[in-house]
Amino acid sequence: MLRTLTLTAALGLGLLAAGVPAPVRAAGEAHVEDFDFSFEGPFGSYDQMQLQRGLQVFTEICASCHGLHYVTYRNLSDEGGPGLPEDQMRAYADQYEVWDPTLLDGEGDYRPATPADKFFNSSLSNAPDLSLMAKARAGFHGPYGTGLSQLFNGMGGPEYIASLMVGYEEEPECALDGPVMDGYYNTAFANGGFSPTCIDENGKHMVPGSWIAMPQPLYGDDVDYADGHSTELHHVAEDVSAFLMWAAEPKLVARKQAGLTGVLFLTVLSVLLYLTNKRIWAPVKHPKKS
Amino acid sequence: MAGIPHDHYEPKSGGEKWLHSRLPIVGLLYDTLFIPTPKNLNWMWIWGIVLTFTLVMQIATGVVLVMHYTPHVDMAFASVEHIMRDVNGGHMIRYFHQNGASLFFVAVYLHMFRSLYYGSYKAPREVTWVIGILMFLLMMGTAFMGYVLPWGQMSFHGTAVITGLFGAIPFIGEAIQTWLLGASAVGQPALNRFFSLHYLLPFVLLGLTIVHIWAFHTTGNNNPTGVEVRRTSKEEAQKDTLPFWPYFVIKDLFALAIILAVFMAIVGFMPNYLGHPDNYIPANPLATPSHIVPEWYFLPFYAILRAFTADVWVVMLVDWISFGIIDAKFFGVLAMFGAIIVMALAPWLDTSSVRSGRYRPMFKWWFALLVVDFIVLMWVGAMPAEGIYPYISLIGSAYWFGYFLILLPLLGVIEKPTTPPSTIEADFNDHYGDTAVKGGAAAPTPAE
Repeated sequence: MLRTLTLTAALGLGLLAAGVPAPVRAAGEAHVEDFDFSFEGPFGSYDQMQLQRGLQVFTEICASCHGLHYVTYRNLSDEGGPGLPEDQMRAYADQYEVWDPTLLDGEGDYRPATPADKFFNSSLSNAPDLSLMAKARAGFHGPYGTGLSQLFNGMGGPEYIASLMVGYEEEPECALDGPVMDGYYNTAFANGGFSPTCIDENGKHMVPGSWIAMPQPLYGDDVDYADGHSTELHHVAEDVSAFLMWAAEPKLVARKQAGLTGVLFLTVLSVLLYLTNKRIWAPVKHPKKS
Repeated sequence: MAGIPHDHYEPKSGGEKWLHSRLPIVGLLYDTLFIPTPKNLNWMWIWGIVLTFTLVMQIATGVVLVMHYTPHVDMAFASVEHIMRDVNGGHMIRYFHQNGASLFFVAVYLHMFRSLYYGSYKAPREVTWVIGILMFLLMMGTAFMGYVLPWGQMSFHGTAVITGLFGAIPFIGEAIQTWLLGASAVGQPALNRFFSLHYLLPFVLLGLTIVHIWAFHTTGNNNPTGVEVRRTSKEEAQKDTLPFWPYFVIKDLFALAIILAVFMAIVGFMPNYLGHPDNYIPANPLATPSHIVPEWYFLPFYAILRAFTADVWVVMLVDWISFGIIDAKFFGVLAMFGAIIVMALAPWLDTSSVRSGRYRPMFKWWFALLVVDFIVLMWVGAMPAEGIYPYISLIGSAYWFGYFLILLPLLGVIEKPTTPPSTIEADFNDHYGDTAVKGGAAAPTPAE
């Protein structure tokens, strides 16, 4: 029995540990900060005010290049999400135009967006859509492909976005001797070009991150928050990341509630079945001496 | 030995007799539900129920997903997002289905290692075992094709890599690859046929499940001692067994409830932990992800596939002997499928006269090493093929084959097994310290 348990546990742990084969950066490491978000943990939920601030940052800054085309305008009024009042949500949609192929007897024309329409697409061809960005990137990896840090810290998608926002720095000194790099040095971005003079003789990167094509979008004090919240770079980055997490996983709160209900229900069921099982087997395991 | 002797269904009323003489379905269900089951089964015998449940869950959630999914290269990704965002409860159904695949493989691996340890594959249960391996292969195919459907980056490029394996077969490989994909590259025809097969194969699996159960209901369950149920008379069989209902149904349901609680926690709190972030990026044939890694459940076999590179002497030797027909790539493919085929051959490779690993002092350790080997292969399969990792995969793969092809035949000859208990009843009574059980203690009424 003990052996079986040990085996089960060992195999189970092994399976869990091998869970997420984190892509190992062949050469360099990127720096991703562990931000504290309100939606972390089994009981975490979105902070409505933060999502509204994030929407503002997205609208005023990100949206000039990036799209959000899996999100529908009406979702901005979702409870557990940004929860915009309906008139505000309608007014928000109304600022944008969508192509409607049914207008002008099938010739198609632009009309103002309605709550049922999807957000716009990216206006720059090399600016990725941001709808799923918070799930399509993992900020945390490893260690050694075991996925343990993701088990404890989450996948780190929003952390990655926030770190990217605050990760713009002066080019490191080692790069000054090398060729002029395309793009901008960012400590959180791992997959960009890298200055050959910043690679040591073992092929290791001497500085974190790499060069990214996107110029620094946020500097702090980029927006005016109606709720008077701090507009420091760190806070603005956090807000827009939280908003993008909501955009990627709008049903997160409902999912966690369902998860919790399910776990509680199944736990109670397990106890009942345990007692039933014990009672059924009692006369077999411990028969009365005749 | 036509099964373990036990009471059969006797139609009593006129209606029952009428139906029974035309279609003995009630009798079949009765015999299945009340099948005599060795009473000493331990907690490793619960995985069959978990697997059956998971199959049904996957089919049920899958049927709903299909109602909202569009198998078109331009719409598949968006239709999955539609399920996640707009369909009522769609996000839960999709996460159940997605993580259900992982639950399926956790259970199947534990189920298989159970069989390997307790010698469940040995005579007379070879057919059950071989059907099981066939089901495992089908499961892998189904899971792979299901992973293609969301049409994300990993779906697309994973398909290119896996179907590329068939391209490694000499002479006819490219033709097979084209035939599989319905085109020379991954695209609309591939998505359509994978969608079709992903819907079909689970029902084949369901059919095989019934055959699998039929087979071991004919031979009877194995049990931790590997000692067969006495079947000279019904009375004797009853000393070793208990009816499946309620004793094992309730026990299995209890285990299932605990496993589902863990599953529910994963679905509720970390549904993307076992997946790849890259699959939330729509497929783009022009941008290949930096690391294409299969899902965790394929990793041990993926490691074996990658282990045999052109600089391994065995590969060089085979390449030379076969006049270059079997090159490193094809060798890897053969090794990967071979790793599963050697498992299917285990009943004929194992020479030991004793069935259960419990009474095999040397086997135990080599088996434990096989489990470790499996976990190491799984880990190394996720690592890049550079540095020390290729050596680890090579050693791991060598042990996998060595275990089945050398150790199993050899151990039966050189090992001196201990003596298993004479009967299942004796084992059961040893365990519960009740030696005073009189012969008639079989099948007591529940709950008194």
